Parts: sequence; C-alpha cells; structure tokens
Amino acid sequence: MMLAPTYIDGSGAVVPQPTVNQDKFLEEILEYNERFLQVVSPVYKDYIDVKLLRRMSKIVKMSIVSAQVAMQQAGVDQVDAIMTGTGMGCQIDTEKFLNAMIENGETLLTPTSFIQSTHNTMGGQIALMLGNKNHNLTYVHRTFSFESALLDAMMMIAEKEAQKVLVGGIDEITDESWLIKTQIDYYKKHACKNSAVYTDLQPGALSGEGSAFFVLSADRSEKTYAQLKGVSTLYKPRSNKELEDFIKRFLMTNELGLSDIDLVIMGNNGDPVFDRIYEDLATGLFKTIPTGRFKHLCGEYDTASSFALWIASGILRHQYVPSTISQHPFDRKTPKKILIYNHFRNINHSLILVTTPDAS
Amino acid sequence: MTEGVVVTGMGIVSCIGFNVDETLHSLMIGKTGIGKISILDSIHRDEFVLGEIKLTQKELMEKLGVDLNLPWTRTALLGVWAARQAYQSAGLSTNSGKRIGLVSASTVGGMDRSELYYKDFLTDAIRKNHIDTHHAGNSTEMIADDLNIHDYLTTISTACSSSLNSIMFGARLLRHNLLDAVIVGGTDALSRFTLNGFNTLMILDHEHCRPFDATRRGLNLGEGAGYLVLERTSDALAGKKQVIAQVAGYANANDAFHQTASSDNGEGPFLAMQRAVAKAGITAQDIDYINVHGTGTDNNDLTEGVAMKRLFGDQVPPFSSTKAFTGHTLGATGVIESIISILSMNNDKVFPNINFKEVIEEINLVPVSQLTDLHINHVLTNSFGFGGNDSSVVFSKVPSNISGL
Repeated sequence: MMLAPTYIDGSGAVVPQPTVNQDKFLEEILEYNERFLQVVSPVYKDYIDVKLLRRMSKIVKMSIVSAQVAMQQAGVDQVDAIMTGTGMGCQIDTEKFLNAMIENGETLLTPTSFIQSTHNTMGGQIALMLGNKNHNLTYVHRTFSFESALLDAMMMIAEKEAQKVLVGGIDEITDESWLIKTQIDYYKKHACKNSAVYTDLQPGALSGEGSAFFVLSADRSEKTYAQLKGVSTLYKPRSNKELEDFIKRFLMTNELGLSDIDLVIMGNNGDPVFDRIYEDLATGLFKTIPTGRFKHLCGEYDTASSFALWIASGILRHQYVPSTISQHPFDRKTPKKILIYNHFRNINHSLILVTTPDAS
Repeated sequence: MTEGVVVTGMGIVSCIGFNVDETLHSLMIGKTGIGKISILDSIHRDEFVLGEIKLTQKELMEKLGVDLNLPWTRTALLGVWAARQAYQSAGLSTNSGKRIGLVSASTVGGMDRSELYYKDFLTDAIRKNHIDTHHAGNSTEMIADDLNIHDYLTTISTACSSSLNSIMFGARLLRHNLLDAVIVGGTDALSRFTLNGFNTLMILDHEHCRPFDATRRGLNLGEGAGYLVLERTSDALAGKKQVIAQVAGYANANDAFHQTASSDNGEGPFLAMQRAVAKAGITAQDIDYINVHGTGTDNNDLTEGVAMKRLFGDQVPPFSSTKAFTGHTLGATGVIESIISILSMNNDKVFPNINFKEVIEEINLVPVSQLTDLHINHVLTNSFGFGGNDSSVVFSKVPSNISGL
C-alpha cells in the first residue's frame, strides 16, 4: 500500500568524496587506488564543540556532521523523531574492547569503548546534541538497516505522529574488519582503482564507508526538493522471477510502470559474482531506462543506499545527472523519477523510489 | 477495537523456563534462575552470578534439531527456540497466504561466537564460517530461515530497550497493512564481552540483584529470547484466533542526557510512560500494574522511581521488577517482561519483586514483594537503555466476550 506523501527538505553526506560545503554536485570525483575507501573528513570543529570532539569516535562525528548539514539545509533545528540505520555499528570501539578483553585475558579493561560500542550510539549522540527527547530508533539489519529506518519514518509521518523526521544511514570501515571480510571474499584483498572497480576481477567488493542523513517532512515547503515515494525490501528471492516481480510490484504499488522511471541507480560494487544481478537487470528489465552506479564513489557498506538516496535527491535538486554516476551519457531532459536498487550478495534486496516534489 | 493490534502467540526462553508454562510456574513459586556461572567461560566465573540457560552450545543445537553444518551463534539458537514457540502457539503457517514478517532485536548479535573465534578468523578455515554471524541481523535471518519467513524482516538495536521497540515497529507494520502477522521480540546470549563491559562500569552486583532496594549494588546479567505474534484485531477475530492481549499503547522517548546514565528527573522514562499511556487512550490512573525496568542499579531504580512519581503522583500503582528472577537479558528484556506482564494480567497476579527488603528513602516507593492477587486490566512495562533510549508499552486485557474464541 502507499504511505502518505513524504518530502525531502534536506540531506547531508560524509563519504569518501567531497560532499560537505561543495558548490559543485559530484562533477569531479576523487580517484583512489586503495584496499578500501575512507571518508573525506570535513572540518569537524566547524560542526562540533572541540571539547566534545575529542571523545567522539569517527562514526559519531560523521553522523553528527551529516545530520547537521541536512538540518541546516532543511532550515530546522528540531525534529519529531530520529531514525538511524547501521549494519555494523561502532566497529572501532567494538574492536577496541574485544581485542583488549582477549589480549589482556579479561583484565585491565576500561569502560569507554564498551559504552561507545552499542549500535544506538549515533542516534543517542545526535539526540544529546539536539536535546531531542522524541522517538529515537536504530535499525541494524545489514543492507536493510537504512531502508527500515526510512520505512519507520514514512509510517510515523503517515500516522501524523511526526511532521519532521531525521533519518540516516552510517557505517565505518576499519583495517581489521576489512581484513576479516577479505577472508570470506566479501571484500577485495588488494588495492583497486575505484574508477575501474566494475571491471576488477578480484573476488568481493571494494569496501568503503559513509554517512548520509535526511530531513523528511510531512508537508511540502519552499525547502522541499524531492519526494520520497516508497521503500521496499526483499529477502532471499528464490528465483530471478521473484526479484523481477518484486520490482514490478513495487512500481505498481506506486502507480508507476518501468517506462515512467527516468533513471535507475544501482548498487554494483565490483564483486564479479554478485554484480551479475545488476548487469542482468540493466540489459533485461531495465533495458530501456538510463542507469547509474555510485559505489565507485563510496565503496560498499551496509548503508550505502543512504548515499544513493543523497545522490538521487541531489539530482532532483540540481536537475541534472552528473556524468560521474551515469553509465551512459544521460540524454533525457530532466529526471523526475529515480529508482534506487541495491542488494547484498543476493540475500537482502531493496528499492527506494524518489521523485520531484510534484510528481504523482 | 477493530483498528487495534493483538497478541496471538507467545514464546519465551530464559533461565526461569524454556516455555511460557515453565516461566509462569517459576514466577508463581518465586524461583529465581540466577545462580553460579557454569556455562560462560570467563575468569569472572566465581565472582558473579548470572541468569544462564544451563545448556551448552552443543546441547542447544541437539535440543532444537537444527542443521549442525550451519554456523549457529547462541543468540540465534535462543531466538529460534522462542520464535518457534510463538509461531506455533499462534497457529501460523507459511502456506496460508498471509504475509508474515519478523522484527527481532539484539544488542550483542553474534558476539558469543565472535569473542571465541575472533583471533582465528584470519587463520582457521572452519571458524571463518562464523565471520558473517557477528552482525546483529544474523540471528534474525537464522530465525527467518528456520520458520521459512520471507515477507519482511528487520532487526532493531537500542541497547536494553531494543525489544520493546520491535513490538512498536511490528504494530506499525500491521496498522499500515504491510503485513498480516508479525513475530516481534528479541534475543541475546550471554557473552564475556557484555559481562566485562558491565563490570568496567561497576554496575554488576556480585550477589543476587535487589531491584528497588536501598542496599542495591547493581544488576545481574541474564540471557534469553522472547517473541510475540501480533495480528490486527479484525483479522484475529475473523480467523477465530486465540487473543492473548491487546497492544494498547506504546512510546519511545530519548532522555537526551548522557550516553549511559539517566537524568535525575527521569525525563526520558517519564516521557515514554506518559506517551504510552496517552497512546493507549487511557489515563495514568487506569494502569493497574507496572512491570518496571528495575535493573537494581543505583541510577536506574532511583530515576525510574522519580519518573513514576512524576507521572502517577502519590498514586503509583502496584509495581515490581522481575529481573531478580531472569537477570537483565539486554536486548530480550523488553519482550521477556512483556510476556511476564501479559501472564500477570491474564492470571490477575502480581509476581513479586524478590530480594526487596529496604525502601529507597529518596523515592519512598515499595514494590510488591510477595505474590499478590490483583485484578489487572492494563499493564505498563518499561525498558530503558544506553544512548538514552527509553520505551514503554501498555498491554490491555481482552474483553471476555472475545477472549474465549
């Protein structure tokens, strides 16, 4: 079923590309030749009190800056709910406490990293910073995490329990978590040029990290530049047909057909095995629709679809498709309806539909 | 009540029982499950008591008859055990044409295996199977696969309030007609990670915990899993389902005070309770019993008490913490205490706040410390956690004209 109209009034991202305080919208991108991609650190002290900054882990800082950018853009200083999604949560603090515990045989431990290891640390810290006492939830289901947060926000708006909701997706990469996941071919073992990631033959994805937050609103205002139409997830499809039916049904629910979509942003991540699903769709179901890719910009992480939404809403705001993400020169006038499709190893599939504010 | 959401199935596993009946029995006879550590391999074995489920990993796998070739975490096994009970008690079936979802909560995820195998992940081919069981959604997927659930799944983690939030989110999915039935709850296994973590915070009692007692010294950790099956009231009635309780109200608020401590005036807990009662469409005076969070830490019990007094004035309803039975089961605690609250309501009994002797002077609130008969129509249950995450849920009795279906 369709939920109530939900508008996007602001967005902010901290990813391995310059996205904070930029006049240009992904016109030029940073080239890497690395084992994994890390975020371009914004000037954190411009956003966070220096005294607090010292005690904050990277993932918390990324979250706070992207949340603040989104709120500034939306022109709000409070929200009615804060929803965060994170697949792996605070990996740096978890590793710190876990390693110390194992290496010191459960002795000489200090609480700081344990306290900061819980998945809801980002949501809690944002609430603390804003003095926000409202609904606050953290979703932690791999590549469903951000999608669950979006769905909850849309439902709250539909129920009129919230007018403005801050929603974000965040994950951080560490040397250790990267190394561990190279062991099971989730991530590439050797450095890879991000510009050539889609043709890299090493097993696994080029991994990365990032944070993107959005201010969703029940009402359209002069700040509104996009409309979030829907989000849906599919778990372990048993056939290609089930996946295709899922995509068609999602569009039908939103009273659209494939021909209405101006651009599909897909989550190819350089994994030669699992990228086939995207490639098959690009030459099959999505054959007549322009496609774009984005993980050469940010790498793979569980909540990367939040950056895809940042790009999609940015396209609607700037009214052009940067050549850095489109797979072929984009020849349509101005895109109005953008579909985001992402999957994790054919287990967790998701769709997000975003349009211009007035698109029906 | 056609627009409402009701409970049509329950499943629970904790140190006081491996199903609903055993849990009720332990609560009625006042038998705690907390005791000496015999399963968790920790250097703190003789220092603390825990609410352990006295089955090893191998025994759990055999008991559940699961595929031994799959990389099971203890968190997933406990979850499967409780979720199967809930699924069966609600009479769900995957070929009924109903859209069935699973919303589970966990704080430690697969940490019980990660902490054992972490240093082998880079070297040992067999242990590598466990690399991808670390993330918090793993247990949810293992449960979904066990029950053949495909239509929707997600996982929530808001520290110790996690599984009350799964109830809220699940209820919302039903209200929006995105699902026809949803299994909601949470699972958390004991791990050295959490035992040591709470130990560094110096909020673990070496003795049995004493919630709401002036001499309380901290909490006892426990482990377990619990799940409810929720359905829309109209569907449950049309399907002539057993209706166990109504999910009448719920709310989630943030204390916005400190990463781990609660504010002195219990603002977050107060707002969660106040909003949950309002959402239920009743007044605070209608609450007959509160199953409090009551961990036994200095900070929680004091601030929870302050918050209750703010909401209820000098008419604080009978209340008890059942954590001295089960231990604090972290991500599972909200749903385990929801099930205990429902048992309380449906049996018209208040289960005792065991180990209570001396009233906390600052709040002067006396918990119910003996098994007590009480007619209960509306029960409120609280769960509060790190990150300022505070949640409350109100369950209401099903009117007798429909409960007998």
